[in-house]
Amino acid sequence: MQWKTADYAGWGRAVRARGTLARPERLPALAAALTARGPAIGNRRSYGDAALNAGGAAIQMTRLDRLLSFDAETGVIEAEAGIPIAELLRLFAPRGWMPPVMPGTGFATLGGCIACDVHGKNHHGAGSFGQHVLAVTLMTDTGPRAVTPGTDPGLFRATMGGLGQTGAILSARLQLRPIPGQRMRVVETRIPDFDAFIAALDASTAEFAVGWVDATARRKRLGRGILEEGELLDGSRPGPIRRAKSVPLDAPGLLLSWPVIRLFNRWRLSRIPDSGRKRIRALDEFFFPLDALQDWNRLYGKRGFHQFQCVVPQDAAPALREILAAIAKSGIASPLAVLKRMGPGRAGHLSFPMAGYTLAVDLPARKTRAAPLYARLEDMVQAAGGRLYLAKDALARPATIAAMYPELDDWRAEIARADPEGHMTTDLMRRLKLRSAA
Amino acid sequence: MSETWLILGASSAMARAFARKLAERGDGLILAGRDTADLDRDAADARLRGAALAETIRVDLRDPAGFDAILARMTECEGTVSVAVFTGSMPPQSEIDADPALIEGVVIDNFTGPARLLLMLAPLIEARGAGTIVGVGSVAGDRGRIGNYVYGAAKAGFATCLSGLRNRLTRAGGHVVTVKPGFTDTAMTWGVEGMFLVAPPDKVAADILKAVERKRNVIYTPIFWLAIMGVIRAIPEPIFKKLSI
Repeated sequence: MQWKTADYAGWGRAVRARGTLARPERLPALAAALTARGPAIGNRRSYGDAALNAGGAAIQMTRLDRLLSFDAETGVIEAEAGIPIAELLRLFAPRGWMPPVMPGTGFATLGGCIACDVHGKNHHGAGSFGQHVLAVTLMTDTGPRAVTPGTDPGLFRATMGGLGQTGAILSARLQLRPIPGQRMRVVETRIPDFDAFIAALDASTAEFAVGWVDATARRKRLGRGILEEGELLDGSRPGPIRRAKSVPLDAPGLLLSWPVIRLFNRWRLSRIPDSGRKRIRALDEFFFPLDALQDWNRLYGKRGFHQFQCVVPQDAAPALREILAAIAKSGIASPLAVLKRMGPGRAGHLSFPMAGYTLAVDLPARKTRAAPLYARLEDMVQAAGGRLYLAKDALARPATIAAMYPELDDWRAEIARADPEGHMTTDLMRRLKLRSAA
Repeated sequence: MSETWLILGASSAMARAFARKLAERGDGLILAGRDTADLDRDAADARLRGAALAETIRVDLRDPAGFDAILARMTECEGTVSVAVFTGSMPPQSEIDADPALIEGVVIDNFTGPARLLLMLAPLIEARGAGTIVGVGSVAGDRGRIGNYVYGAAKAGFATCLSGLRNRLTRAGGHVVTVKPGFTDTAMTWGVEGMFLVAPPDKVAADILKAVERKRNVIYTPIFWLAIMGVIRAIPEPIFKKLSI
C-alpha cells in the first residue's frame, strides 16, 4: 500500500493538516492501509477538521465506490462508502428512485453522509440520512463486519453521525425513495424580514424547502430573502446534465467584499417578482445548486473560511433572530445564509438535528473578527438551547459542545467498546475532547 | 448486435472507469485479473449500471497456462468480442537497476503477456469479422528516459505490436486502438514524486470510449500529451542524453 505525505484540509480550508494519506482501490489494499491506524475519510466536504488527522494517517475511501446490490421492488441499495450521493441520484433517478435525504453537495460520499448523519431540504418530513440506513459494514482487523439496528443497536446508533469513530465504514445498505419522475416544480417567493420567514417556513407544506437569507440586510430588512419550495414531478429530465465550471485559482479578497456582496444580493432578490416565480428544474440542479461551480471554496481566497451552522428549538426563533442580527451587524459574513426548518429526526447520539430552525452562514477566515464572532454566536446558541453542527465546526470549545450534545456520554461508552485504542481519532476529536470524558 | 468485452487488468482504476462506461452502454463484460474476490464487486457494480453480462475470470499474465480458459470463455460469447488491455507494472527504475532480473517481469506485464493473449484472441475477431482491441500503453513508450526506461521500452514494444495487429485485423473487419495516457490519478501514481497534469481516470476512460466509437488508431489522453510528447520526441539525441526529464 502506497502512502503519500500531503497537506490537506476540509472544505473550508481554514484549518489544515499534514499527514499521510492512502487511497485504496481494492479491499485487500484497504485492509493493509488500516493496519497503519487512521480514520477513514471521504471527499472532505465537511468544513472543519472532522476529516483531518494531523501528523498521522488517514484513508481516503473515494475509490471504494462500487454498487453492490439493488432491489428494484423495494428500492434498497447496497454500495461501498466512497460513492458520491450525486452518483446515486444520477444512476437511480431514471429507474424511479433517489436517495431519501441529500445534503447540499452531491460530492458528499455515502460514508460521509452516514458519519455526519446529514440532513437535507426535506428534514422536516424525512428526517436525517441515518434514519434510512438499514445496515453498515465496518472494516475491522478480522474482516468486514455487518452492523444493523437489530444486531447491535448501540454500535449502529454510535455509527450514525459518529464521525467515523466506530471504524472504517466499508459499505452500507440504504432505503431509496420512490420518485414520480426526474423533474421538480420550484416556487421562489420573496420574503421581507425574519419573522415573515419563520412564518413562511412554518406555513410551507412543500416536501422540500430552503430559505436563502441576505446576510447583509439589517434592521427592519433583517432576515429578508427568498424561500424556495420544491415538489417532485413526473416526466423526464429537463435539459442535459450540465458540465460544472471550476474556479481555477484562489480569488482575491475583493471579490467577496461587503459592498460587492450587497449588490449581488440586491440583484438576486430583484429577480424574483412580487408574485413569486415558478420554475421546472432538474433534480440535481435543485439539490446541489453550488456543485455547478466546482471548487467554489476557492472564492474565499487561500485563507479559507469557516461555516457557522446552528439549530435552535422551535420556541427559540426570537433567539435565532438575535443570532442573525449579530451576524449582520458584524459586517463580515458572506452573501448568503441558509435558513431551514428542521424536524425531530436524528439517527445517532451525536446527530445535529432537533425540531426547530437551522441557520448556516460562511465567515471568511482572513477576517480577524471571524473567530471572536463565532465564539459569541456559540454562546448565544447554547443559551437558546440549540447546538452547533460538528461537520461544519472548526472553532467551538469542548465545554459548549459537551453541553449541546446530551447523549455524548452514551456515545463515548460505545466508542470505548468499538475503538478502545483510539485508532480512528481525528483532529476534531482532539480539539473538542469528544472521545475522553472531561 | 451484442458486444462483449474482455477487460484485462480490470481492477485498475482506469479499467474500472472504462468498464463502467461500457456497462452503461449495455455491453457485456468479462473482468479478468488476479484478485477475483474483489473483482466480483466490480462485476456486481457493472451489472447494476446496466451491463448485459458481468463475470470475472482469473488471469495471471505471468502464468499463460490460464489463457486457454479465457479464449474458451470468449469463444462462448455470441456476437462481437472485444478486448481492452489495462495491465502493466512500473517498479521504480532504481530497483530494476539494482536487480536487472526484474526486467523480465516488467516486460511480461506490459508487453509479452497481454500480446500473447491478444494473438490468441485475434483469430476470434477475424472469424467474427468485427471487434475492437484497446491497448493501453503509455507516453513513457515514446522515448527512453533515465527515470523509467525499462517500463518505457516494454510499452514501446507493446505499441509496435498493436500497430502490427491493427494492420492485420483491419483487413478482417476488426480494429485496434492504441491509447497513450499521460499521468493518470491511479494507485500506480499515488504518492509518486514529480507527477504533474494528472488526469482523473474517468476523463481518460471517456477519451478511450470516444476513440473506440470513432475508430481512432492512436490517441494521447488527455490530448495535450500529444504536444508534450511531440516536443520530447523532437529533442535531438545529443541534447536529450544530457537531460533528466
